[in-house]
Amino acid sequence: MKTDIILCGVGGQGILSIATIIGEAAMNENLYIKQAEVHGMSQRGGDVQSNLRISSEPIASDLIPQGKADVIISMEPMEALRYLPYLSAGGWVITSSVPFVNIPNYPDMEVVNAELSKLPHVVAIDIEQLAKDNGIPRSANMILLGAAQKALGIDYAKLEAAIRRVFARKGDAVVDANIKALAIGKAQAV
Amino acid sequence: MKRLLLGDEAIALGAIHAGLSGVYAYPGTPSTEITEFIQADALARERGLHSRWCTNEKTAMEAALGMSYMGKRALVCMKHVGLNVCADPFVNSAMTGVNGGVVVLVADDPSMHSSQDEQDSRFYGKFAMIPTLEPSSQQEAYDMMAYAFDYSEQQCLPVLMRVTTRMAHSRAVVQVKDEARAENPLNYKSVAANWVLLPANARRRNDKVTAQQTQLEEDALNSPFNLYKEGCTAPREYNRKHALGIIASGIAYNYVEECFPEGYPYPLMKVSQYPLPKKLVRRMMEKCEQIMIVEEGQPFIEDMVRGVTDNVWMYGKLDGTLPRTGELTPDIVLQSLNKVISKYTTKAILHSYKTDQKWYLPDVAKNFAPSENVVPRPPALCQGCGHRDVYTALNEVLKEFENPRVFGDIGCYTLGFLPPYRAIHSCVDMGASITMAKGAADAGQWPAVAVIGDSTFTHSGMTGLLDAVNENADITVIISDNLTTAMTGGQDSAGTNKFESICRGLGVAEEHLHVVVPLPKNMPEITRIIREELNYHGVSVIIPRRECIQTFKRHAKEKKAENK
Repeated sequence: MKTDIILCGVGGQGILSIATIIGEAAMNENLYIKQAEVHGMSQRGGDVQSNLRISSEPIASDLIPQGKADVIISMEPMEALRYLPYLSAGGWVITSSVPFVNIPNYPDMEVVNAELSKLPHVVAIDIEQLAKDNGIPRSANMILLGAAQKALGIDYAKLEAAIRRVFARKGDAVVDANIKALAIGKAQAV
Repeated sequence: MKRLLLGDEAIALGAIHAGLSGVYAYPGTPSTEITEFIQADALARERGLHSRWCTNEKTAMEAALGMSYMGKRALVCMKHVGLNVCADPFVNSAMTGVNGGVVVLVADDPSMHSSQDEQDSRFYGKFAMIPTLEPSSQQEAYDMMAYAFDYSEQQCLPVLMRVTTRMAHSRAVVQVKDEARAENPLNYKSVAANWVLLPANARRRNDKVTAQQTQLEEDALNSPFNLYKEGCTAPREYNRKHALGIIASGIAYNYVEECFPEGYPYPLMKVSQYPLPKKLVRRMMEKCEQIMIVEEGQPFIEDMVRGVTDNVWMYGKLDGTLPRTGELTPDIVLQSLNKVISKYTTKAILHSYKTDQKWYLPDVAKNFAPSENVVPRPPALCQGCGHRDVYTALNEVLKEFENPRVFGDIGCYTLGFLPPYRAIHSCVDMGASITMAKGAADAGQWPAVAVIGDSTFTHSGMTGLLDAVNENADITVIISDNLTTAMTGGQDSAGTNKFESICRGLGVAEEHLHVVVPLPKNMPEITRIIREELNYHGVSVIIPRRECIQTFKRHAKEKKAENK
């Protein structure tokens, strides 16, 4: 198997913790992983992305070539569109529907939504509202991961186990909130 | 055991497992995570390895030399421009040689993700006659550390290890050792006659190191990290040559491999240890009609291989086949390979292997066009950041002057150049704000303002301030103190709690030294002080001090967790 994933959003939105869970699940399966991250200046409210590649065979490039990404997971709708040239013809876009407006020329949301809806496989979710409604306001990113589970081709139970391992040191309450978020996300994507 | 590690983390763990006794570094993207990993590592803490941040790269390099002098292994880490700061001890460390192993880890930043230039540190290695390593994978980065320390001690020379942003900041699964080598014991083997670089000693050492270069190149030829793959096809019958050989170094090697999932059919040479093994290059030249050179950074190998000849059968950055600037990507390498292969001769030659389809270049994948609705999202100062209040106050006062000039420096506050502030007129290198403001004042500019962060001030601003004080230059220096090295993620800042006494010690007059708290409610006081000091014709220093909002949030969170 081979899955190429682009994780994106705005600096500070927590895309790297999504990557950590997927990476943990993949490593536990003895898969090969390469994950290029953005550190440094862009993290100050700029656009950030991470290229995550998992495969049963050795991986050459740390970066995903254009047209090869199986999934784009985005914490922000316009940011999902930024990486369209990397999406494969049959690829999935799993995105938060809530714009993060920290620039004066943010495009009209109707235009953004229209462009998203033209893509073959899109799941757009108001993860922040869902997280608030369910009393897990800090686990919005795990809702997004739950929604992406099927597109990622990773067993649900394996993602759940990865969440347990990664968040274990933060206590049961944090683990439970994130597992609840994963389940909510999965239900959204059906 | 297996661990999922950033390239930087693999380097750090490799060093610890190689019997490191101390890491010396100043934070700089993309190298920062190496030292941070060592600071947090359980074994490093148990062993009491030195890992505290240094004031700048020069103090770091020199401390590492001191540790080496006493027989122990030291690692120095920095970003590429940091090597400029420590160029003096770095270049001269080849003259002194080393006792305990020294590895100088430099992280280059092609595409300038977080930097002001694209300089390629391999040139420094060549120039200083220091052997250089360039890993192409995180596993290699880990393995190379043990090799580099051993080799440094064997050759009595420091070793330069060059990585680039993609290697530093990309994770992969790395097979690591279960046990760490012991640290070296302290010894007294260092010979003063090598370490005292009086001309007579230095001449002798220079002859020795120069003579050593032949051996270093021979070692690179036999290095486990340099590869020469013959390729799995037979050469052309009439001249016994292959159509296209490829030389790829460091991470660029991965992009070539990505283009040929079934393996490259012709000779492929991977360079990860320098001096460049010329014998291997000659072998490829003899066996291939054409050569393509793929390297991340400046055309370092290519320049050497081309020499002064204008070879039309050689492709790389100098002939425009690959872009001269910016970071390589798998797409750029694939497109360039397509360009070369679609040239008539190569195409004809490649077609003679038509029987085996798998060796063809993969088609460029069909992809979606870039969205026309996406707009840039540049980084910005955080909401609640004290630098914002500093620029608000400064801009308000400077409106009253005809031609004010504000000399900026390196840090988060460089973002003050962007809207809405548009507050600075220069940013060159660490510390240049103060010295440039002084030079501008010397030229007759008034008002001349310097804006510098706390960590940058202790890194390279103090000496410039002394110059200004000695001539009572007509400048106003703003040391925007957020109690941390913020841009790189909040590392300790060397001068915290010492700035007033440093300024007094350098001779800044008490009545022209002010500390303010940059908050909107203090705007009247801050603007009054700035206005008064601009109108004072001599050196004044204003220190707006408020903790970085990022470290403030982190500390609040930690405190909350403790109280639970």
